Amino acid sequence: MISAKNLTRSFGPIVAVDDISFDVEKGQVLGFLGPNGAGKTTTMRILAGFIKPDSGTAGICGYDILKNPIKAKQSLGYLAENAPLYNEMTVGGFLNFVCDIRRISGKARTKKMDEIVPTCAIESVYHQTIETLSKGYRRRVGLAQALIHDPAVLILDEPTDGLDPNQKYEVRKLIKKLSAEKCIIVSTHILEEVEDVCTRTIIIARGKILADSTPEELKEKHQCSLDKVFRKITMAKSA
Amino acid sequence: MRSFWAVFKRELKSYFTTPVAYVFLVIFLFFSGYLTFRQGFFEARQADMYAFFMNLPLLFIFMVPSVAMRLWSEERKSGSIEILLTLPVTITEAVLGKFFAAWFFLLIALLLTIPMPITIFVLGEPDTGLIITGYIGSLLMAGGFLAIGCFFSAVSKNQVISFILSVVACAILVFAGMPTTMNYLSSFLPVNLVGAIGTMSFRTHFESIQRGVLEFKDISYFVFLIVGWIIASGIILDERKAQ
Repeated sequence: MISAKNLTRSFGPIVAVDDISFDVEKGQVLGFLGPNGAGKTTTMRILAGFIKPDSGTAGICGYDILKNPIKAKQSLGYLAENAPLYNEMTVGGFLNFVCDIRRISGKARTKKMDEIVPTCAIESVYHQTIETLSKGYRRRVGLAQALIHDPAVLILDEPTDGLDPNQKYEVRKLIKKLSAEKCIIVSTHILEEVEDVCTRTIIIARGKILADSTPEELKEKHQCSLDKVFRKITMAKSA
Repeated sequence: MRSFWAVFKRELKSYFTTPVAYVFLVIFLFFSGYLTFRQGFFEARQADMYAFFMNLPLLFIFMVPSVAMRLWSEERKSGSIEILLTLPVTITEAVLGKFFAAWFFLLIALLLTIPMPITIFVLGEPDTGLIITGYIGSLLMAGGFLAIGCFFSAVSKNQVISFILSVVACAILVFAGMPTTMNYLSSFLPVNLVGAIGTMSFRTHFESIQRGVLEFKDISYFVFLIVGWIIASGIILDERKAQ
Protein backbone atom coordinates (compact mmCIF):
# COMPACT_ATOMS: atom_id res chain seq x y z
CA MET A 1 0.00 0.00 0.00
CA ILE A 2 2.99 2.25 0.45
CA SER A 3 5.75 1.86 -2.04
CA ALA A 4 8.75 4.15 -1.99
CA LYS A 5 11.02 3.96 -5.01
CA ASN A 6 14.54 5.40 -4.94
CA LEU A 7 13.58 8.45 -2.91
CA THR A 8 16.35 11.02 -2.74
CA ARG A 9 16.23 14.46 -1.23
CA SER A 10 18.99 16.81 -0.26
CA PHE A 11 19.02 20.17 1.49
CA GLY A 12 21.97 22.08 0.12
CA PRO A 13 25.06 19.91 0.56
CA ILE A 14 23.35 17.57 3.03
CA VAL A 15 21.77 14.46 1.56
CA ALA A 16 18.88 13.84 3.95
CA VAL A 17 17.39 10.86 2.13
CA ASP A 18 19.63 8.84 -0.13
CA ASP A 19 18.02 6.43 -2.58
CA ILE A 20 15.53 4.82 -0.22
CA SER A 21 13.14 2.14 -1.46
CA PHE A 22 10.71 0.00 0.50
CA ASP A 23 7.19 -1.40 0.36
CA VAL A 24 4.71 -1.70 3.19
CA GLU A 25 1.62 -3.90 2.94
CA LYS A 26 -1.74 -3.82 4.66
CA GLY A 27 -1.56 -5.25 8.18
CA GLN A 28 2.04 -4.23 8.66
CA VAL A 29 3.28 -1.76 11.24
CA LEU A 30 6.63 -0.47 10.12
CA GLY A 31 8.88 1.00 12.80
CA PHE A 32 11.18 3.64 11.44
CA LEU A 33 14.32 3.83 13.51
CA GLY A 34 17.43 5.90 13.28
CA PRO A 35 19.54 8.44 15.12
CA ASN A 36 18.61 12.13 15.02
CA GLY A 37 19.08 13.58 11.57
CA ALA A 38 18.98 10.18 9.91
CA GLY A 39 16.29 11.23 7.46
CA LYS A 40 13.22 9.70 9.10
CA THR A 41 11.18 12.87 9.17
CA THR A 42 12.22 13.86 5.67
CA THR A 43 11.16 10.45 4.33
CA MET A 44 7.82 10.74 6.08
CA ARG A 45 7.30 14.27 4.83
CA ILE A 46 7.95 13.13 1.29
CA LEU A 47 5.44 10.30 1.66
CA ALA A 48 2.88 12.71 3.11
CA GLY A 49 3.37 15.00 0.14
CA PHE A 50 4.73 17.93 2.11
CA ILE A 51 8.06 18.07 0.33
CA LYS A 52 8.95 16.83 -3.09
CA PRO A 53 11.77 14.33 -3.60
CA ASP A 54 14.68 15.41 -5.82
CA SER A 55 14.36 12.08 -7.57
CA GLY A 56 12.39 8.89 -7.16
CA THR A 57 8.74 8.69 -6.26
CA ALA A 58 6.30 6.88 -4.02
CA GLY A 59 2.81 5.48 -4.20
CA ILE A 60 0.11 5.60 -1.54
CA CYS A 61 -2.65 3.05 -2.20
CA GLY A 62 -1.58 3.01 -5.84
CA TYR A 63 -1.70 6.80 -6.25
CA ASP A 64 1.58 8.40 -7.20
CA ILE A 65 2.47 11.20 -4.77
CA LEU A 66 3.81 13.37 -7.58
CA LYS A 67 1.24 12.69 -10.31
CA ASN A 68 -1.83 12.34 -8.16
CA PRO A 69 -1.09 14.10 -4.87
CA ILE A 70 -4.70 14.86 -3.92
CA LYS A 71 -5.84 11.23 -4.21
CA ALA A 72 -2.74 10.10 -2.33
CA LYS A 73 -3.41 12.60 0.48
CA GLN A 74 -7.03 11.52 0.69
CA SER A 75 -6.00 7.96 1.53
CA LEU A 76 -3.46 9.07 4.07
CA GLY A 77 -3.46 10.18 7.70
CA TYR A 78 -0.37 12.04 8.80
CA LEU A 79 0.81 13.11 12.22
CA ALA A 80 3.70 15.51 11.83
CA GLU A 81 6.65 15.72 14.18
CA ASN A 82 5.79 17.90 17.22
CA ALA A 83 2.16 17.92 16.03
CA PRO A 84 1.91 21.48 14.72
CA LEU A 85 -1.65 22.82 14.89
CA TYR A 86 -3.57 26.07 14.48
CA ASN A 87 -3.03 27.56 17.91
CA GLU A 88 -5.83 30.09 17.88
CA MET A 89 -8.53 27.51 17.07
CA THR A 90 -10.47 25.37 19.49
CA VAL A 91 -10.05 21.61 19.28
CA GLY A 92 -13.59 21.24 17.95
CA GLY A 93 -13.13 24.06 15.44
CA PHE A 94 -9.94 22.51 14.19
CA LEU A 95 -11.43 19.03 13.74
CA ASN A 96 -14.39 20.58 11.93
CA PHE A 97 -11.97 22.36 9.61
CA VAL A 98 -10.24 19.07 8.85
CA CYS A 99 -13.66 17.50 8.16
CA ASP A 100 -14.49 20.41 5.82
CA ILE A 101 -11.38 19.75 3.78
CA ARG A 102 -11.77 15.97 3.93
CA ARG A 103 -15.37 16.31 2.77
CA ILE A 104 -16.93 14.65 5.77
CA SER A 105 -20.22 16.40 6.39
CA GLY A 106 -23.67 16.00 7.88
CA LYS A 107 -24.42 12.82 9.79
CA ALA A 108 -21.15 11.20 8.77
CA ARG A 109 -19.30 14.04 10.50
CA THR A 110 -21.27 13.73 13.73
CA LYS A 111 -20.66 9.98 13.72
CA LYS A 112 -16.92 10.34 13.08
CA MET A 113 -16.57 13.02 15.73
CA ASP A 114 -18.42 10.90 18.28
CA GLU A 115 -16.03 8.06 17.48
CA ILE A 116 -12.72 9.84 17.30
CA VAL A 117 -13.02 12.23 20.24
CA PRO A 118 -13.32 9.48 22.89
CA THR A 119 -10.79 7.27 21.06
CA CYS A 120 -8.16 9.97 21.39
CA ALA A 121 -9.42 10.99 24.85
CA ILE A 122 -9.88 14.66 24.04
CA GLU A 123 -13.48 15.14 25.25
CA SER A 124 -12.37 17.27 28.17
CA VAL A 125 -10.52 19.78 25.98
CA TYR A 126 -12.96 19.82 23.06
CA HIS A 127 -13.93 23.48 23.57
CA GLN A 128 -10.49 24.65 24.62
CA THR A 129 -8.16 26.74 22.46
CA ILE A 130 -5.29 24.65 21.13
CA GLU A 131 -2.56 27.00 22.41
CA THR A 132 -3.64 26.29 26.00
CA LEU A 133 -3.15 22.53 25.62
CA SER A 134 -0.30 20.50 27.04
CA LYS A 135 2.06 18.62 24.75
CA GLY A 136 0.26 15.34 25.27
CA TYR A 137 -3.14 16.76 24.38
CA ARG A 138 -1.75 18.51 21.32
CA ARG A 139 -0.39 15.21 20.08
CA ARG A 140 -3.70 13.50 20.68
CA VAL A 141 -5.50 16.23 18.73
CA GLY A 142 -2.95 15.66 15.95
CA LEU A 143 -3.72 11.96 16.12
CA ALA A 144 -7.47 12.61 15.95
CA GLN A 145 -6.90 14.76 12.88
CA ALA A 146 -4.93 11.94 11.23
CA LEU A 147 -7.57 9.30 11.99
CA ILE A 148 -10.81 11.15 11.39
CA HIS A 149 -11.30 10.05 7.79
CA ASP A 150 -10.38 6.44 8.55
CA PRO A 151 -7.42 6.37 6.14
CA ALA A 152 -5.95 3.20 4.70
CA VAL A 153 -2.43 4.46 5.33
CA LEU A 154 -1.17 6.08 8.52
CA ILE A 155 2.12 7.88 8.87
CA LEU A 156 2.93 8.84 12.44
CA ASP A 157 6.07 10.77 13.25
CA GLU A 158 6.90 10.10 16.91
CA PRO A 159 3.30 9.63 18.01
CA THR A 160 4.13 8.94 21.65
CA ASP A 161 6.70 11.67 22.19
CA GLY A 162 5.68 13.86 25.11
CA LEU A 163 2.93 11.56 26.34
CA ASP A 164 2.79 10.19 29.89
CA PRO A 165 3.20 6.41 30.38
CA ASN A 166 -0.56 5.82 30.48
CA GLN A 167 -1.14 7.74 27.28
CA LYS A 168 1.77 5.96 25.64
CA TYR A 169 0.15 2.68 26.51
CA GLU A 170 -3.18 3.88 25.10
CA VAL A 171 -1.63 5.04 21.84
CA ARG A 172 0.21 1.76 21.40
CA LYS A 173 -3.00 -0.12 22.06
CA LEU A 174 -4.71 2.04 19.45
CA ILE A 175 -1.99 1.40 16.87
CA LYS A 176 -2.23 -2.35 17.49
CA LYS A 177 -6.00 -2.21 17.16
CA LEU A 178 -5.80 -0.30 13.88
CA SER A 179 -2.97 -2.37 12.44
CA ALA A 180 -5.09 -5.22 11.09
CA GLU A 181 -7.01 -2.97 8.71
CA LYS A 182 -4.35 -0.44 7.85
CA CYS A 183 -0.83 0.05 6.77
CA ILE A 184 1.10 2.07 9.35
CA ILE A 185 4.51 3.69 9.51
CA VAL A 186 5.68 4.84 12.94
CA SER A 187 8.90 6.61 13.70
CA THR A 188 10.16 6.50 17.24
CA HIS A 189 13.18 6.57 19.50
CA ILE A 190 11.64 4.20 22.01
CA LEU A 191 12.86 0.74 21.21
CA GLU A 192 10.50 -1.10 23.51
CA GLU A 193 7.71 0.47 21.53
CA VAL A 194 9.11 -1.08 18.38
CA GLU A 195 9.14 -4.49 20.01
CA ASP A 196 5.65 -3.93 21.28
CA VAL A 197 3.80 -2.69 18.20
CA CYS A 198 5.90 -3.09 15.07
CA THR A 199 5.83 -6.11 12.80
CA ARG A 200 8.80 -4.82 10.87
CA THR A 201 11.62 -2.34 11.41
CA ILE A 202 13.75 -0.28 9.12
CA ILE A 203 16.87 1.27 10.58
CA ILE A 204 18.19 4.24 8.68
CA ALA A 205 21.18 6.49 9.24
CA ARG A 206 22.56 9.25 7.05
CA GLY A 207 19.69 8.81 4.64
CA LYS A 208 20.39 5.15 3.85
CA ILE A 209 18.57 1.99 4.89
CA LEU A 210 20.91 -0.10 7.06
CA ALA A 211 18.56 -2.84 8.13
CA ASP A 212 15.11 -4.00 7.06
CA SER A 213 13.78 -6.89 9.09
CA THR A 214 11.48 -7.82 11.98
CA PRO A 215 12.49 -6.85 15.54
CA GLU A 216 12.73 -10.56 16.45
CA GLU A 217 14.99 -11.41 13.56
CA LEU A 218 17.26 -8.51 14.36
CA LYS A 219 17.62 -9.66 17.95
CA GLU A 220 18.25 -13.22 16.91
CA LYS A 221 20.80 -12.32 14.28
CA HIS A 222 22.84 -10.12 16.59
CA GLN A 223 22.15 -12.14 19.75
CA CYS A 224 21.43 -9.12 21.90
CA SER A 225 18.70 -6.64 22.85
CA LEU A 226 17.23 -4.28 20.26
CA ASP A 227 18.95 -1.43 22.04
CA LYS A 228 22.36 -2.95 21.34
CA VAL A 229 21.40 -3.92 17.80
CA PHE A 230 20.48 -0.30 17.12
CA ARG A 231 23.81 0.94 18.45
CA LYS A 232 25.80 -1.71 16.63
CA ILE A 233 24.21 -0.93 13.29
CA THR A 234 24.11 2.85 13.43
CA MET A 235 27.45 3.40 15.19
CA ALA A 236 29.37 1.04 12.92
CA LYS A 237 28.29 2.94 9.85
CA SER A 238 28.80 6.43 11.16
CA ALA A 239 32.25 5.68 12.63
CA MET B 1 -13.50 24.04 -4.58
CA ARG B 2 -14.69 22.58 -1.26
CA SER B 3 -11.14 22.84 0.04
CA PHE B 4 -11.00 26.46 -1.10
CA TRP B 5 -14.06 27.30 0.98
CA ALA B 6 -12.73 25.38 3.97
CA VAL B 7 -9.49 27.39 3.89
CA PHE B 8 -11.42 30.62 3.27
CA LYS B 9 -13.74 30.01 6.21
CA ARG B 10 -10.98 29.06 8.60
CA GLU B 11 -8.85 32.05 7.68
CA LEU B 12 -11.68 34.56 7.98
CA LYS B 13 -12.71 33.12 11.34
CA SER B 14 -9.17 33.30 12.64
CA TYR B 15 -9.12 37.08 12.10
CA PHE B 16 -12.02 37.35 14.50
CA THR B 17 -10.88 34.78 17.06
CA THR B 18 -7.68 36.76 17.57
CA PRO B 19 -7.67 40.50 18.41
CA VAL B 20 -6.23 41.25 14.95
CA ALA B 21 -9.62 42.02 13.39
CA TYR B 22 -10.81 44.35 16.15
CA VAL B 23 -7.58 46.27 16.49
CA PHE B 24 -7.42 46.67 12.73
CA LEU B 25 -11.03 47.78 12.33
CA VAL B 26 -10.89 50.34 15.13
CA ILE B 27 -7.65 51.90 13.91
CA PHE B 28 -8.71 51.84 10.27
CA LEU B 29 -12.09 53.43 10.93
CA PHE B 30 -10.60 56.05 13.23
CA PHE B 31 -7.93 57.19 10.80
CA SER B 32 -10.10 57.04 7.70
CA GLY B 33 -12.54 59.37 9.45
CA TYR B 34 -9.94 61.55 11.09
CA LEU B 35 -7.98 62.18 7.89
CA THR B 36 -11.16 63.00 5.98
CA PHE B 37 -12.36 65.64 8.44
CA ARG B 38 -8.93 67.07 9.14
CA GLN B 39 -8.51 67.88 5.49
CA GLY B 40 -11.45 70.23 5.48
CA PHE B 41 -14.40 68.04 4.64
CA PHE B 42 -16.88 70.69 5.86
CA GLU B 43 -14.92 73.68 4.62
CA ALA B 44 -14.92 72.25 1.09
CA ARG B 45 -18.74 72.49 1.07
CA GLN B 46 -18.98 69.70 -1.49
CA ALA B 47 -21.22 66.67 -1.16
CA ASP B 48 -18.69 64.08 -2.28
CA MET B 49 -16.26 61.62 -0.75
CA TYR B 50 -13.14 62.91 -2.45
CA ALA B 51 -11.40 63.70 0.83
CA PHE B 52 -12.15 60.21 2.12
CA PHE B 53 -10.98 58.24 -0.90
CA MET B 54 -7.87 60.32 -1.48
CA ASN B 55 -6.44 59.31 1.87
CA LEU B 56 -7.04 55.61 1.39
CA PRO B 57 -3.83 54.81 -0.55
CA LEU B 58 -1.72 56.26 2.27
CA LEU B 59 -3.71 54.47 4.92
CA PHE B 60 -3.58 51.19 3.00
CA ILE B 61 0.22 51.32 2.80
CA PHE B 62 0.30 50.47 6.50
CA MET B 63 -3.01 48.81 7.09
CA VAL B 64 -3.16 46.20 4.34
CA PRO B 65 0.30 44.70 4.97
CA SER B 66 -0.72 44.32 8.63
CA VAL B 67 -3.63 42.13 7.52
CA ALA B 68 -1.51 40.24 5.01
CA MET B 69 1.63 39.64 7.07
CA ARG B 70 0.26 36.74 9.06
CA LEU B 71 -1.19 34.82 6.12
CA TRP B 72 1.82 32.59 5.47
CA SER B 73 4.49 33.77 7.91
CA GLU B 74 2.51 32.49 10.84
CA GLU B 75 1.74 29.16 9.19
CA ARG B 76 5.40 28.60 8.47
CA LYS B 77 6.60 29.72 11.87
CA SER B 78 4.16 27.58 13.84
CA GLY B 79 4.58 24.65 11.44
CA SER B 80 0.84 24.40 10.81
CA ILE B 81 1.63 24.70 7.11
CA GLU B 82 2.66 21.05 7.35
CA ILE B 83 -0.86 20.13 8.44
CA LEU B 84 -2.47 22.31 5.79
CA LEU B 85 -0.43 21.05 2.87
CA THR B 86 -0.64 17.37 3.82
CA LEU B 87 -4.43 17.64 3.77
CA PRO B 88 -5.94 17.12 0.32
CA VAL B 89 -5.55 20.77 -0.71
CA THR B 90 -3.61 22.07 -3.67
CA ILE B 91 -1.28 25.03 -3.18
CA THR B 92 -3.49 27.06 -5.52
CA GLU B 93 -6.55 26.41 -3.39
CA ALA B 94 -4.68 27.28 -0.22
CA VAL B 95 -3.20 30.51 -1.62
CA LEU B 96 -6.51 31.64 -3.13
CA GLY B 97 -8.50 30.66 -0.03
CA LYS B 98 -6.28 32.77 2.17
CA PHE B 99 -6.11 35.69 -0.23
CA PHE B 100 -9.86 35.91 -0.68
CA ALA B 101 -10.46 35.57 3.05
CA ALA B 102 -8.18 38.54 3.71
CA TRP B 103 -9.76 40.47 0.84
CA PHE B 104 -13.22 39.76 2.20
CA PHE B 105 -12.05 41.03 5.58
CA LEU B 106 -10.91 44.28 3.93
CA LEU B 107 -14.30 44.47 2.22
CA ILE B 108 -15.92 44.30 5.66
CA ALA B 109 -13.64 47.12 6.82
CA LEU B 110 -14.63 49.24 3.81
CA LEU B 111 -18.32 48.52 4.32
CA LEU B 112 -18.05 49.70 7.90
CA THR B 113 -17.22 53.18 6.60
CA ILE B 114 -20.84 53.37 5.37
CA PRO B 115 -21.69 56.12 7.94
CA MET B 116 -19.52 58.38 5.82
CA PRO B 117 -21.71 58.24 2.67
CA ILE B 118 -24.82 58.31 4.88
CA THR B 119 -23.59 61.58 6.42
CA ILE B 120 -23.05 63.00 2.97
CA PHE B 121 -26.49 61.92 1.79
CA VAL B 122 -28.00 63.66 4.82
CA LEU B 123 -26.04 66.86 4.22
CA GLY B 124 -26.41 67.14 0.47
CA GLU B 125 -27.10 65.39 -2.79
CA PRO B 126 -23.96 63.52 -3.80
CA ASP B 127 -23.44 61.57 -7.02
CA THR B 128 -24.25 57.97 -6.04
CA GLY B 129 -22.38 56.53 -9.02
CA LEU B 130 -19.23 58.34 -8.02
CA ILE B 131 -19.37 56.93 -4.51
CA ILE B 132 -19.97 53.40 -5.79
CA THR B 133 -17.07 53.54 -8.26
CA GLY B 134 -15.01 55.02 -5.44
CA TYR B 135 -15.67 51.96 -3.31
CA ILE B 136 -15.03 49.58 -6.20
CA GLY B 137 -11.71 51.33 -6.85
CA SER B 138 -10.80 51.12 -3.17
CA LEU B 139 -11.57 47.42 -3.05
CA LEU B 140 -9.47 46.77 -6.16
CA MET B 141 -6.63 48.77 -4.70
CA ALA B 142 -6.89 46.87 -1.41
CA GLY B 143 -6.65 43.64 -3.43
CA GLY B 144 -3.49 44.89 -5.12
CA PHE B 145 -1.84 45.79 -1.82
CA LEU B 146 -2.98 42.51 -0.36
CA ALA B 147 -1.52 40.41 -3.18
CA ILE B 148 1.83 42.12 -2.58
CA GLY B 149 1.52 41.52 1.16
CA CYS B 150 0.60 37.89 0.53
CA PHE B 151 3.77 37.43 -1.53
CA PHE B 152 6.06 38.93 1.12
CA SER B 153 4.31 36.92 3.78
CA ALA B 154 5.28 33.78 1.85
CA VAL B 155 8.86 35.06 1.54
CA SER B 156 9.69 35.28 5.23
CA LYS B 157 8.83 33.30 8.34
CA ASN B 158 9.16 36.47 10.32
CA GLN B 159 5.99 38.57 10.37
CA VAL B 160 7.87 41.81 11.05
CA ILE B 161 10.12 41.30 8.04
CA SER B 162 7.22 40.50 5.75
CA PHE B 163 5.35 43.54 7.05
CA ILE B 164 8.24 45.91 6.40
CA LEU B 165 8.98 44.48 2.96
CA SER B 166 5.40 44.82 1.84
CA VAL B 167 5.06 48.34 3.26
CA VAL B 168 8.12 49.36 1.27
CA ALA B 169 6.86 47.68 -1.92
CA CYS B 170 3.41 49.26 -1.56
CA ALA B 171 4.89 52.66 -0.74
CA ILE B 172 7.06 52.57 -3.86
CA LEU B 173 4.02 51.76 -5.98
CA VAL B 174 2.00 54.58 -4.43
CA PHE B 175 4.67 57.26 -4.38
CA ALA B 176 5.83 56.53 -7.93
CA GLY B 177 2.71 58.37 -9.10
CA MET B 178 3.05 61.43 -6.83
CA PRO B 179 3.65 64.71 -8.72
CA THR B 180 6.72 65.46 -6.57
CA THR B 181 8.31 62.12 -7.40
CA MET B 182 7.48 62.52 -11.08
CA ASN B 183 8.97 66.02 -11.16
CA TYR B 184 12.13 64.82 -9.50
CA LEU B 185 12.49 61.84 -11.84
CA SER B 186 11.91 63.97 -14.92
CA SER B 187 14.93 66.07 -14.00
CA PHE B 188 17.23 63.25 -15.08
CA LEU B 189 15.11 60.56 -16.80
CA PRO B 190 13.60 60.72 -20.30
CA VAL B 191 9.96 61.84 -20.35
CA ASN B 192 8.64 58.55 -21.71
CA LEU B 193 10.26 56.58 -18.93
CA VAL B 194 8.82 58.91 -16.29
CA GLY B 195 5.42 58.45 -17.91
CA ALA B 196 5.85 54.67 -17.77
CA ILE B 197 6.79 54.80 -14.11
CA GLY B 198 3.74 56.96 -13.47
CA THR B 199 1.40 54.46 -15.09
CA MET B 200 2.82 51.69 -12.92
CA SER B 201 1.65 53.52 -9.84
CA PHE B 202 -1.44 52.64 -7.83
CA ARG B 203 -2.26 56.28 -7.47
CA THR B 204 -2.65 57.06 -11.17
CA HIS B 205 -5.15 54.24 -11.66
CA PHE B 206 -6.93 54.76 -8.39
CA GLU B 207 -7.44 58.46 -9.09
CA SER B 208 -8.71 57.74 -12.56
CA ILE B 209 -11.35 55.40 -11.07
CA GLN B 210 -12.20 58.10 -8.52
CA ARG B 211 -13.29 60.36 -11.36
CA GLY B 212 -16.20 58.00 -11.77
CA VAL B 213 -15.11 56.16 -14.88
CA LEU B 214 -14.36 52.45 -14.73
CA GLU B 215 -11.93 52.11 -17.57
CA PHE B 216 -10.60 48.82 -18.86
CA LYS B 217 -6.99 49.93 -18.47
CA ASP B 218 -7.44 50.73 -14.78
CA ILE B 219 -9.34 47.58 -13.93
CA SER B 220 -6.94 45.40 -15.89
CA TYR B 221 -4.03 47.10 -14.10
CA PHE B 222 -5.32 45.94 -10.73
CA VAL B 223 -6.35 42.51 -12.01
CA PHE B 224 -2.93 41.85 -13.55
CA LEU B 225 -1.24 43.13 -10.43
CA ILE B 226 -3.26 40.81 -8.20
CA VAL B 227 -2.94 37.77 -10.45
CA GLY B 228 0.80 38.31 -10.91
CA TRP B 229 1.64 38.65 -7.24
CA ILE B 230 -0.64 35.73 -6.32
CA ILE B 231 1.06 33.44 -8.82
CA ALA B 232 4.43 34.59 -7.49
CA SER B 233 3.40 33.78 -3.93
CA GLY B 234 2.28 30.30 -4.99
CA ILE B 235 5.65 29.67 -6.58
CA ILE B 236 7.68 31.01 -3.66
CA LEU B 237 5.59 29.03 -1.21
CA ASP B 238 6.09 25.78 -3.06
CA GLU B 239 9.80 26.54 -3.00
CA ARG B 240 10.13 27.51 0.65
CA LYS B 241 7.38 25.68 2.53
CA ALA B 242 9.65 23.14 4.16
CA GLN B 243 12.52 25.41 5.13
